[in-house]
Amino acid sequence: MYAFTQHRPATVRQAASLLAKQEEAKLLAGGHTLIPTMKLRLAGPKHLVDLSKVEGLSGIEMKGRSLTIGAMTTHVEVQTSPVVRENIPALAELAGKIGDPAVRHRGTIGGSLANNDPNADYPAAALGLGATIITNKRRIPADEFFKGLFETALEPDEIVTKVQFPKVNKAAYVKFPNPASRYALVGVFVSKRSSEIRVVVTGAGANGVFRVTAFEEALKKRFGAKSLEGLTVPADGMASDIHGSAEYRAHLIGVLARRAVAAAG
Amino acid sequence: MPAVALTVNGKPVTGDVDPRTLLVQFLRENLRLTGTHVGCDTSQCGACVVHVDGKAVKACTVFVWQIDGANITTIEGLADPNGPLHPMQEAFREHHGLQCGYCTPGMIMTAVDMVNRKGHDLDDPTIAISAAAPATITS
Ligand code: FES
Repeated sequence: MYAFTQHRPATVRQAASLLAKQEEAKLLAGGHTLIPTMKLRLAGPKHLVDLSKVEGLSGIEMKGRSLTIGAMTTHVEVQTSPVVRENIPALAELAGKIGDPAVRHRGTIGGSLANNDPNADYPAAALGLGATIITNKRRIPADEFFKGLFETALEPDEIVTKVQFPKVNKAAYVKFPNPASRYALVGVFVSKRSSEIRVVVTGAGANGVFRVTAFEEALKKRFGAKSLEGLTVPADGMASDIHGSAEYRAHLIGVLARRAVAAAG
Repeated sequence: MPAVALTVNGKPVTGDVDPRTLLVQFLRENLRLTGTHVGCDTSQCGACVVHVDGKAVKACTVFVWQIDGANITTIEGLADPNGPLHPMQEAFREHHGLQCGYCTPGMIMTAVDMVNRKGHDLDDPTIAISAAAPATITS
């Protein structure tokens, strides 16, 4: 691991100014992607700005029809929150399927979204529920947030502070996990909010999380697994590696989408 | 060099560390508590699991300064050194739940965490699913 200096700011403003001032500075949330990456010397920040002492970055709150989750809220907090379970149970379920218990004790929602790993679960929930990512500067709709592999709309000194999820009528997430890492080989998130239907895929796309508009159109006519019968996603543009070919991943999307729609009821 | 102060197995400890020092290094190299092992060093296997403020955490994936002030329990702190084994250690011994033994400290700390979290909800199916997972206990 390359040497670095650690910083522990107490406010978002201090964290942002450290990010802007220090050369090659990176934010540290739960650290469950960044630390392994630093060990491999794939990342070598000169400054680490730890967010764990920053006030007001964690917590879960339901206001009206929207659920707000602080960026430093851990996966286990989302998984076990009665508020999440009651209002968007699919989100609690998804959080409970990330990694293993030790990962869920440290990993955070803000860290996962800002990292935008193409196999991560939270990007599927954010895009699949039409969430809004709130930063120290602005509000970014999920549709405009994810920009490809490990790329987001975030600017260099921008910090995710909260994520806002609208309450939906129906939602479910089904994933085919890699048996060792529990990352999604393919994961499909579906949701229905009045006339808006979203079918979102993580793990499969060569460019990260994406919506399957053909499936969404079919589900608009009738929201049921039958509506997806015979529909497929082309293997073109799918990721391919030792865990699964592009064709296999494309096939799994169809299977998991039907299961997710059935689970959403 | 960040200064850290922790409670490890009930005893206060302090140290001045290089910022790169991981919790597992601090435990093994500074405190000579070598019961916690490094298996994969890539945050997957769980051999290095200890309890940080009562929760299972991979000691290979936390810088020690991140958890300054925390209360840590390692495999060495589970049972009284002069008393009987912790019931989970005894259960692993009784049922030959060791295989080569290298990752056993992490598996025991993970299993204790599972009991702490699930209590009486910890039924046979949950245990079976966890045992079926090849490397990491998932529930
Ligand atoms: S050594 Fe494998 S998870 Fe820490």
